[in-house]
Amino acid sequence: MAGRIKIRAQKKGEMTEVKALMRHPMETGMRKDQAGESIPAHFITDVAVLHGDQTVMQAHWGAAVSANPFLGVRFQGGQAGDAVRVVWTDNQGGTGEGETTIR
Amino acid sequence: MITRWCLLWLAFPAWADEGVFDQYRDLMGDDNPAIFVIDEGEEFWYQSQGPSGATLEACDLGLGAGVTRGAYAQFPRYFADTDRVMDIETRLIHCMETLQGRDRTVTAAKPYSLRGDFGTELEALVTWLAAESEGVVIAPEQGHPKERAMYALGEEIFFYRAGPHDFSCATCHEQSDKRIRLQQLPNLTDHHDAADAYGSWPAYRMSQGLVRTMGWRLQDCFRQQRWPGLTFGSEVSIALQTYMAVNAAGGIMTAPGLKR
Amino acid sequence: MNKTEKGRVSRRRLLNWVALLSTAVALPARAWAAVTRPDTAFGATALDQALMALGETPTRHEGVIFTTPDIAENGAVVPIRVEVDQTVLPNVSKVYVLVEMNPNPLAAVFDIASGTEVYIETRVKVAQTGDLYAVVESDGQLFMASRETKVTLGGCGG
Repeated sequence: MAGRIKIRAQKKGEMTEVKALMRHPMETGMRKDQAGESIPAHFITDVAVLHGDQTVMQAHWGAAVSANPFLGVRFQGGQAGDAVRVVWTDNQGGTGEGETTIR
Repeated sequence: MITRWCLLWLAFPAWADEGVFDQYRDLMGDDNPAIFVIDEGEEFWYQSQGPSGATLEACDLGLGAGVTRGAYAQFPRYFADTDRVMDIETRLIHCMETLQGRDRTVTAAKPYSLRGDFGTELEALVTWLAAESEGVVIAPEQGHPKERAMYALGEEIFFYRAGPHDFSCATCHEQSDKRIRLQQLPNLTDHHDAADAYGSWPAYRMSQGLVRTMGWRLQDCFRQQRWPGLTFGSEVSIALQTYMAVNAAGGIMTAPGLKR
Repeated sequence: MNKTEKGRVSRRRLLNWVALLSTAVALPARAWAAVTRPDTAFGATALDQALMALGETPTRHEGVIFTTPDIAENGAVVPIRVEVDQTVLPNVSKVYVLVEMNPNPLAAVFDIASGTEVYIETRVKVAQTGDLYAVVESDGQLFMASRETKVTLGGCGG
C-alpha cells in the first residue's frame, strides 16, 4: 500500500472545499485475523491539509477513524489553479501524500 | 439461532423503512474507497507475473484479446478455447495460467480476502474490469446452447430448497419489498431489482473495508443459508451468476458500488 | 495489544512527521510545537475521562453545528460533519470528535488555523448505538454539541 490520496478541491463562493479519500486500513489493533492472530494496530495518526505553503488544518487521529478515511474541509480564499496538498503519517512510520489544484 | 430470527424478519413488509438510510447516504456523499481498488486492478493487469513474465494484456475477455472496455457486462459467457461458460473470475484465473504460466491451484486457492487482508489481486482486477463497464448495458451472452443451459441450471438452483433450514435463494429473493433487519432484499426474479443488484457488484463493503465481488457475495449467501460451501469457480456459482445477469439484462452497470 | 502503538506517537515519529511537513512547507518551529497529540485523552476508555483529559466539562453551545445520521447503515463507517457558526462562537482553534460507546471515545482532534472556517467532514467507527460529541475549543474554553446515532446490524448474521 503506497500511501495514496485522492483529492478534489473546488471553489464554493469565497471558500475552497477540499475532499480527500486516503488509502489506509486504519486497523485498531483489536481484531484477530482468520487464524486467530491479533492484527497489529495500523492507523493514520497525523494528517494535514495545505494550501500552497499554508497549513489550513492539521489533525490527530485515533484508530476509530474509518478505514480508507475521508476528510472534508473548507477554508477561506484560494484561487482556481492553486495547489492543495494532503499529507499523513501513521503509527508504523508510514506516510502518504497527494496533491491537486483548485478548480 | 440467527437464521430463525431472519425468518421472523422476512414476515415483515418493508413499510416505513423506505429511505431510512437516505440521510446516512446523503452525508456520506460520493467518495467510494473502491476508486483505489480500481487503480490497483489496472496495475495488476499491466504487471508482468509468473514464469512467463507476461502481463494480462493479451487476455481475451470475450471481445477480443486485451479488450476490457464493456467486457464485464457480457459475462458469464461461453469461450471456445475452454469449451465452457465462464464467469469473469474463472476467466481471469484462466488467463493467469495460459498467459503468465501461473499455477491455477495457487491462484484459485485464495481468490477472496480473509479477515485482516486489504484486498486480493482477483478482487482488484474484477473491480477495475467492472469499472471498465461502468454505464454499459448488462448483456450476458445467451446465444450458445451452453449459455442457455447455464441459465436453466441457475434458475433451478435458485428455487432449490436445501440445507438444515430448507432455504433456497428464492426464500429471500423471490418477493418484492422485503427486508432482513433494515437491509432491503432485492427480488432477483424481477428485472428492475435484479438489474440494481447485479449491476452494483462488485462493491466496497463498508463493514469489511474491502471491495467484494459477485462471486464472493454468492459464497456468503451459501454460508448464511447454512448450505455447503460454494466452491470458487464452480458450475453452480457460474449458473447462479448467469441467472442473475440474464434477469438483469438491459439494466446498466453502476459498479463498483458502495454497500454496508 | 501493544499499548505503545495505540495512540501514542514516539518522539522519533513526531520528528519524522515534523520533517515531512517541513519539506512541504517552511513553517516556524513554534507553529508545530503548539500541535501536540493529546495522548492521555486518546487513551481514555470512558467519555468523562476523555473530556477531563481535554480540559473542563464542555458547555452545550448552539454555535456548534453537528451533523450525524440518525441511523447508520453500518457502524464501521459513519459520516459526520462539524461546523461552527463563527458569528456566535468565534476563535475556534480545535475540534474534538468523541464517540461515547467506543472503547476509546476520543476519535479525532482537528487543529484549525486561525482564519479558517470550521467545517470538517469525516467518517468514524461507531461501535454501538450511542451519543457522538463534537467539542470545540474557543479561547481556552470548551463547547459542545451531541447527537445520538443508532447503529444497525445488516443482513443475516452480519
